Amino acid sequence: MRFTLKKDKSGVVIVGVEGQLIVGNRQELKQKVLDALEEGSRKFVIDFSKTGYIDSSGLGVLVSLSKKIREQGGELRLAGLNADLQTLFELTKLDTLFAITRTAEEALAAF
Amino acid sequence: MKLDVPSDLGMVGDAVELVATHLPPGTLSPRRISFNLRTALAEALGNAIRYGNGEDPDRIVRVYVELGRDFVRIHVNDDGHGFDSSRVPDPTHPDNLEREYGRGLFVMRHLVDDVAFNEKGNGICLTLRAG
Repeated sequence: MRFTLKKDKSGVVIVGVEGQLIVGNRQELKQKVLDALEEGSRKFVIDFSKTGYIDSSGLGVLVSLSKKIREQGGELRLAGLNADLQTLFELTKLDTLFAITRTAEEALAAF
Repeated sequence: MKLDVPSDLGMVGDAVELVATHLPPGTLSPRRISFNLRTALAEALGNAIRYGNGEDPDRIVRVYVELGRDFVRIHVNDDGHGFDSSRVPDPTHPDNLEREYGRGLFVMRHLVDDVAFNEKGNGICLTLRAG
């Protein structure tokens, strides 16, 4: 269970979630993104291609981050959701709240 | 299978893995264990630790896994005063969509075949049927 963080050449921050995003580690993700926001980054992609599962706390932190990033004039995209995670976003209607792409590359291209 | 989990949210991931990896193969598909069971159990443990036990290090969350021929049933009990599951608002309502919290019970109900509470409301039972 870990988070990776890198910036692409146009300054988009790409956060990778490896393992799971749940109540026990959501605060770590939140802090990493908020730190990058504080440093001036405004475009974010969270890549879930290596994520096994997300609980409601994980969903909640994504909602909270989306709001904070928007308040700062930024944009957050989610990428790489497998079929089960996509279903989770659909049943919670959070697919209407987020820009979701199949891959991180598609998310980057959409900025 | 029985497990006592300390009331530390950081333990949820490990507790979920311990249960999921010790289930005998066959009753549930790998996909249902990998996603449905893990997610629902993480929800139940998180709620028990945070809301039931108030993250009090002196309190324990007790997990008991019951294995049937065609079901897996997971009981999660905390030491709290209980909870009225009927009073949880619909997290998919437009007024609630941007709330950070309030989706746990909804998610559990959609990922497992049955969710039941004990009378006091400090114990939850998640049932996943074979498949």
